[in-house]
Amino acid sequence: MDTLHALGDGFLVALSFQNLALAALGCFLGTIIGALPGLGPSNGVAILIPLAFSLGLPATPALILLTSVYYGAMYGGRISSILINIPGDEPAMMTCLDGYPMAQAGKAGEALAISGIASFVGAFFATWGLVFLAPQLVKVALLFGPAEYFALFALAFATIGGVAARNQIKAAFATGIGLLIAMVGVDLQTGVARFSFNNIHLYDGIDFLVAIVGLFALSEVFVFLEHRAGGGVDATKVPLGRSMPSAKMLGHVTPAVTRGTIVGFLAGVLPGAGASLGSFLAYMLEKKVSGRKGTFGAGDPRGVAAPEAGNNAAAGGALVPMLALGVPGSGTTAVLLSLLLALNITPGPLLFQKHPDVVWGLIAALFIANIMLLALNLPLVKIFVRVLQVPSRYLMPTVAMVSFVGIYGISGSSFDLLVMVGFGIMGWLFRKMDIPLVPVILGVLLGKLMETNLRRELTISDGNWGALLDSPLSIAIWTCAILGFVLPLFIGRFIRPAAVNNEALDSD
Amino acid sequence: MKFSTFCKAALACALLALPGTAHAFDPGSTECIAPANPGGGWDFTCRQVGKTLQDLGLISGTMQVTNLTGGSGGVAYAEVTGKRNKDNNLIVAASSATSTRLAQGAFPGANMDQVRWIASVGADYGVIAVSKNSPISTLPELFDKIKADPGSIAFAGGSAVGGWDHLKVLIAARKAGFKDVRKVKYVAFEGGGEAITQLLAGSVQAFSGDASEAKGFVDSGDIKVLAVLAPERMPGDFAKFPTAREQGIDAIGANWRGFYGPGGMSDEAYKFWEESIAKLYNSPEWKKVMETNGLAPLDLQGAKFEAFVKDSITDIQGLSREIGLIK
Repeated sequence: MDTLHALGDGFLVALSFQNLALAALGCFLGTIIGALPGLGPSNGVAILIPLAFSLGLPATPALILLTSVYYGAMYGGRISSILINIPGDEPAMMTCLDGYPMAQAGKAGEALAISGIASFVGAFFATWGLVFLAPQLVKVALLFGPAEYFALFALAFATIGGVAARNQIKAAFATGIGLLIAMVGVDLQTGVARFSFNNIHLYDGIDFLVAIVGLFALSEVFVFLEHRAGGGVDATKVPLGRSMPSAKMLGHVTPAVTRGTIVGFLAGVLPGAGASLGSFLAYMLEKKVSGRKGTFGAGDPRGVAAPEAGNNAAAGGALVPMLALGVPGSGTTAVLLSLLLALNITPGPLLFQKHPDVVWGLIAALFIANIMLLALNLPLVKIFVRVLQVPSRYLMPTVAMVSFVGIYGISGSSFDLLVMVGFGIMGWLFRKMDIPLVPVILGVLLGKLMETNLRRELTISDGNWGALLDSPLSIAIWTCAILGFVLPLFIGRFIRPAAVNNEALDSD
Repeated sequence: MKFSTFCKAALACALLALPGTAHAFDPGSTECIAPANPGGGWDFTCRQVGKTLQDLGLISGTMQVTNLTGGSGGVAYAEVTGKRNKDNNLIVAASSATSTRLAQGAFPGANMDQVRWIASVGADYGVIAVSKNSPISTLPELFDKIKADPGSIAFAGGSAVGGWDHLKVLIAARKAGFKDVRKVKYVAFEGGGEAITQLLAGSVQAFSGDASEAKGFVDSGDIKVLAVLAPERMPGDFAKFPTAREQGIDAIGANWRGFYGPGGMSDEAYKFWEESIAKLYNSPEWKKVMETNGLAPLDLQGAKFEAFVKDSITDIQGLSREIGLIK
């Protein structure tokens, strides 16, 4: 019960007036940052670091402020996904798939409330996982070498075909484009720049945030412009519907939330995986388990609940390697880590022993932030849904403005803005051709990691491909990928194997 | 111009009255460019130095920190050489990564003479480590093993191939008598933490990184430091680890942190920055910052610093040619 005792001490630290106020401020700012396209959790935290410095905050309050922003942003990302089909940050991408159709069907309030509750549950259990399982979970992270990560990303790619139910070839094409974009920039394993055309701006590759904002937000603006220019009418008013889901519906989504939480948490714990993979796998698993009727993608509440539980659980999970090993499991935890260093706290295996006040204060703050976020988010659903009533002619310029300011604010680079516009045009074309956008981002996000891990393993094994199947864990993951996702496509229906083949080739 | 009249007047005053006490140059609103996102090493350098300069009263007002991301520092370099070449109030954070990129020609059309190298503010020395269970316990032992069977040891580090963590291994390998350093296997990870995790997981056999990255794992006893790539033993917790030099491998790998300014910066301004950063470096406040952040001493200003950067660029070019990264 030492753990509970330590946690109790943590609550004493976190429950001071100043820390509570900071947590509330962090939650509020985080929700907004998460909801605005172009600003995600990692940028939000990075931008607020100077604020923490200039307020002269000591370690624990500074961490409380910034982790509240982190959790808040994970909550907030879903809002714009559901309401305007633009993910506020990258892990919220999967929430678009069913959240937006729900909003279109007049269930925006329910979608927001369900996703809020799912976020709460995911983050709540992930934080408990952090409390009790951190030392054990570190051992799980140590089971994953490059070969196992490669298998894990292969599993993710095996499931991509399921994202777009309608046309597998288009999904494969979109994935290929994503992989191509992921190739741009310096190749870690040789130190040579690829596809950068000697342009210094392309040397570090293309930031997927720029890609996401361009593909989703700007293309939406372009589509709007096109309809206006053609003299089209404004979209018909969408009914707002109820703002709390019925008990029956909550019961209906509970299994989805549970599965999403577990999958997301595990993905978060692995330093090389992260929240995007967590929400993606949570969605795909849910679709596999309960989506046989084809309701997924058309506004199934479980399709909202699973990825939201997943990405918030992953946010908690990512703190496990950060606190227990000093290894960031996501972009945001990397930023938090640099904050710890700046505050004279060396992260690493001894953090729990050396700075228990910091660690347990932080964990207690996570619980508090999580409850605050739920309390903040549920009543606000009624206000958020009003966004749907804002006429597009006001909403779209705002989206465009926020996108530009957000991207420029992070990098200070006008080149990134041009790339973003390029992606906007690409997204607009893809929408016209009915090519799904999500696989493009997944290709960018996961393709690079998959390639890197393959190359690492091959360097270590001196080019022996057999090393990829050298551990029971990697064999197990491969078996999962093949039995669960690839074989059914061949055995079940003979209509689509061609697309799967294409994809397998593309992802090489 | 108004400004140059001011300079002349100030210079005349300084010559007439008390040489050494009055500055010939007094910056207005100062700016520091961090060529990376907030939260990274360059950003930290700018913010800490800016804050300390202000606390010490060496600059008036707050130093503005601008994040100018892209091209691993190349975008900032191009901006400074192209558009801000005459700006006397501007300094830019730099590190070994900057000299590595310059050496390898990764900033197209750029070379080190286009800017003025001002001063260093400290260095993070390299370490080579193995996991605690490894049978290897000295650096020569490690290299003997690689000589006997090059496939048996893979180094992990947090920078790309050809990046600083990799080059440190090669510098040591060359001093250990390797003819063909390309035989030494190196696997790149995203950051030192991930590389150490893979060392603990047993995927790789050795780690190359900075002392500050390894500190947490050294304290916990999970890794065994074979050698510190510093000229002499480091102060503090790392004092118990031998340098590579002590073990007969004369290799030094310092990840330095410092600043450059625009090439067209006036001599007065250059002198101002050089002296201000020297004062900062010698202040107890900065000593504390160095201690808390694992920075080891590296006290170079002006011409000395410039010569240091030049040497390191020449070294890196030689190594990069050897591994075939540049022609």
